[in-house]
Amino acid sequence: MDRNTMFDIYDVIVVGAGHAGCEAAAAAGNLGSKVLLITMNMGTIAQMSCNPAMGGVAKGQIIREIDAMGGYSGIIADKTSLQFRMLNRSKGPAMWSPRAQNDRMRFAEEWRLTLESISNVDMWQDTVISILTDGDRVIGVKTSLGIEIKAKAVVLTNGTFLNGVIHIGEKKFGGGRTAEKAATGLTEQLLTLGFEAGRMKTGTPPRVDGRSLDYTKMEEQWGDEQRGRFSYTDVDLPKEQRCCWITYTNTAVHETLKEGFEKSPMFTGRIKGLGPRYCPSIEDKINRFAERDRHQIFVEPEGWNTVEIYVNGFSTSLPEDVQYRALTKIPGFEKARMFRPGYAIEYDFFPPTQLYLTLETKLVKNLFFAGQINGTTGYEEAASQGFLAGINAHQKVNDLHELIMKRSESYIGVLVDDLVTKGTEEPYRMFTSRAEHRLLLRQDNADVRLSPIGHELGLISDERLTKVKDKVRGSADIVAFTKAHSIDPASINSYLETLDTSALSQNIKLFQLISRPQVGLNELSQAYPALAAHLQNFSPETIEDAEIAIKYESYFEKEHEIVSKMKRLEDREIKQEFNYHSLVSLSKEAREKLMKIKPRTLGQASRISGVSPSDISVLMVHLTR
Amino acid sequence: MTDSSETIVALATAPGVGAIAVIRLSGPDALKIANRVFKGKDLELMPTHTIHFGTVRDGETILDEVLASLFIAPHSYTKEHVVELSTHGSPYIVEQIIHLLIRNGARAARPGEFTLRAFLNGGLDLSQAEAVADLISSDSRASHQVAMQQMRGRFSSQLQELRTQLIHFASLIELELDFSEEDVEFANRDALNSLIVRITTVLAELIHSFELGNVIKQGINTVIAGRPNAGKSTLLNTLLNEDRAIISEIAGTTRDTIEEVLNINGVNFRLIDTAGIREATDTIEAIGVEKTMQKISQTSVLIYLFDVLGLSASEIMEDVTRLYRPGIPFIAVANKIDLSVNNRFREIKLPADVKVIAVSAREKQHTDELKQLLYDAVTEGKLNTGQTMVTNIRHVEALRRAHHSLQSVSAGLHHPVTSDFLAMDIRQALYYLGEITGQVTTDDLLENIFSKFCIGK
Repeated sequence: MDRNTMFDIYDVIVVGAGHAGCEAAAAAGNLGSKVLLITMNMGTIAQMSCNPAMGGVAKGQIIREIDAMGGYSGIIADKTSLQFRMLNRSKGPAMWSPRAQNDRMRFAEEWRLTLESISNVDMWQDTVISILTDGDRVIGVKTSLGIEIKAKAVVLTNGTFLNGVIHIGEKKFGGGRTAEKAATGLTEQLLTLGFEAGRMKTGTPPRVDGRSLDYTKMEEQWGDEQRGRFSYTDVDLPKEQRCCWITYTNTAVHETLKEGFEKSPMFTGRIKGLGPRYCPSIEDKINRFAERDRHQIFVEPEGWNTVEIYVNGFSTSLPEDVQYRALTKIPGFEKARMFRPGYAIEYDFFPPTQLYLTLETKLVKNLFFAGQINGTTGYEEAASQGFLAGINAHQKVNDLHELIMKRSESYIGVLVDDLVTKGTEEPYRMFTSRAEHRLLLRQDNADVRLSPIGHELGLISDERLTKVKDKVRGSADIVAFTKAHSIDPASINSYLETLDTSALSQNIKLFQLISRPQVGLNELSQAYPALAAHLQNFSPETIEDAEIAIKYESYFEKEHEIVSKMKRLEDREIKQEFNYHSLVSLSKEAREKLMKIKPRTLGQASRISGVSPSDISVLMVHLTR
Repeated sequence: MTDSSETIVALATAPGVGAIAVIRLSGPDALKIANRVFKGKDLELMPTHTIHFGTVRDGETILDEVLASLFIAPHSYTKEHVVELSTHGSPYIVEQIIHLLIRNGARAARPGEFTLRAFLNGGLDLSQAEAVADLISSDSRASHQVAMQQMRGRFSSQLQELRTQLIHFASLIELELDFSEEDVEFANRDALNSLIVRITTVLAELIHSFELGNVIKQGINTVIAGRPNAGKSTLLNTLLNEDRAIISEIAGTTRDTIEEVLNINGVNFRLIDTAGIREATDTIEAIGVEKTMQKISQTSVLIYLFDVLGLSASEIMEDVTRLYRPGIPFIAVANKIDLSVNNRFREIKLPADVKVIAVSAREKQHTDELKQLLYDAVTEGKLNTGQTMVTNIRHVEALRRAHHSLQSVSAGLHHPVTSDFLAMDIRQALYYLGEITGQVTTDDLLENIFSKFCIGK
């Protein structure tokens, strides 16, 4: 290092230290890149700006995927969890979704300590006001202190900070998060470089003083007794769990809120950005679903050692006094004292169709975007993009292969492909229904799907990969055992009766018996000692994997068949510089869209709106030529 | 798009009535599938470039005597196994045989698909690529147009209705999966079950009505409408050269609808004579008029007949406005020109696509030109029998697959399996219905969820 300059020439600069930025910096650093993480405030690294929770339906699967490839969100969520629940247990295994309540302060602390433990990652507190370019390539950033820092690649993860404007009733001020400044200048510079930007909106509920609530008027909601986890590593979990509560709004609450409607920045049109429909403010819910006389409120503690409470379900940007008066009409909140009001925030985003599947921008080489800047919402969505962008930034500056996640192998693949191929009008959140192969994208098999990729990159240790391979081999072994062994009615019927399932009339294979909803491997092993003996060789995860494989074999087969049919299109690559304008047989709309999106494969091309199956046939003809 | 693991089938010769027709099968299972319906030599054992006489049978029923020509891969146009069945040239038989082959594992070929395969397998040279591409894009557009034309009337509205219900159903299921933590009511399984039963019943009816060459056998619906005593029955008889309808001088003689099949250049038209459109004077006639309007709403072609003597320009205009439907070929026929030289009707401003012709039904003047006009009206719009048949086959196939998927849903509801697996089959059903009505995307489902349910914490 040149001792006369403050900064090295970095391999990768990551701008922003939220969920995306932290994963990006950690991934690039762990891969060997010299990384600088720039944040406006080193005191708010990995802030949970909204609710103190990780995971949920589809989102929990994403955390598992990040973990399976060597990211940290799962480990940190596990270490700092207040409560853990596996959602959707009553559905099929693809729907099981891990979710945790977290200690907001502990979560941020763990991320900070994690980053500090990666020697390749430097940190700097400052605001980036522009990127530095040389021709069509990014070569660094310029900060508000006037410093120019050089880098071979830059990852922008600005979250809600770009020209952020906070609304509370008629009050309106610049800010990227409550009590934090907005970032100005960067959007404007990117526009001069040719980028398109848009405006989005999101919101957050008030926080209240837990000492002022009467929990006896609410329903308790506890975590799972058999506690699960996000991480495939054996990170230590807290011994205890904390309770959350559920309560409901009522017509009195709604009437009070309505008094503030005329001052609502949403209804008066002061907010122009589009907000997420699946995460509406309480005023939006009352307005759009007037027939409902109550809405659910989740009362969530913000940490082990704080009395602060997050009022989930009560996101609002009405005037603070209206928020307060309405809150006090909720059962259990009669004497509530507010710590911080809820607010709405508008911010700039860059329509993600301006990116390649690597999250590199099409316009500026070696510049990557991740997180809310791409129009997404959610910690998990942000973290997974940051992770992918960090990896691809490293790969790019080292001339290594790109990492493209497939739709058929991960939610991360679905997320990125959707963003890049279709763009998004409203903040994009993951749903399981967005994944056409969701039966295969399960939380239980994220390691099987993705750890080999993480290992090949160098983010997953040999030891972890061996564990995954053992699981795969062990599961196949158990399945084979159940196909090889039969059971006779005499030795099992009385046991089947206790499970409330019909008796056997002749010998059948264990495999067939386990296909019944009521019968599991562990249950059956109680009545069939040879199976019990065999299962002793395997871990609980391996046994679970085998059981899922047995119970849902026919569905998985069908799904795999569909995947392999699609493979023909998904594997057919198209050159980035392909000139679609020369193909007059394509519809005009298709030509324009294809030129803009520059799909990487025929499969991706087929998902662009306005590109018809016959357009794809035409492309196929020309690609063969 | 083409999936080379599938075996495709289509009529290879020009559509319509001819001496012979050739049905072509191409793909890895072409020989196997042909063998399943062909009674004669074992085609899988025969050498390439040989021709074999035999019969095509549906169970015990002989559909036709055929010649099967074999082209073993790669020695064929598509470079795949190809079997060409030369049959007698009846569109009805051809369609039945194609349906039979589909039931035995083939898939109806999409426009240009044989040529596409030939190209992708290296059977065509470079200069032909552009032509292939053009063919695919133009044929697809045309066949979609035909599809929509054919789906008009009862089928179209029924299918749309089914689709809406199914989307709602799918949304409820997706809601259960993605928003299980929310305070929303979930799908009532009994209600879902009865919905599925209703949908499968209607689908089964649709499949049946599409099957067995209904369009070919019954012809293209062609309603003759007009005021009482315009000469509709006379025109029908003239076109058919027989006294089918009761003719009299008393207005309102035809109280029911009368249907006859007329063959023009190999295309069958199902001519439907109707009770006159006017204010009915008795109940029976009122029923007749109502039936007429119903027939008109379902027709593929409409002949509006008026009496040049009896009707004023404004009355004609009034009738046309009442009867005209965009996209349905409309022929305005001025009758009784043998009695009048009144040409004023030609000055009436009618919609641009309305064809006008003057005839004398009684004296058989210009009725051949009317036949030509009828033929042109349907063939110009690609509604010729061949196209209709091909799209028809694809529709039946799509409906049948949708039906099959819904049966799996029904089985799942009884079993019972969890909603994620139900969703898989519902998605399949929506996908197949989408081949007719347009695809339903995940975004459509989410859109439906967000608009109907209060979601989000």
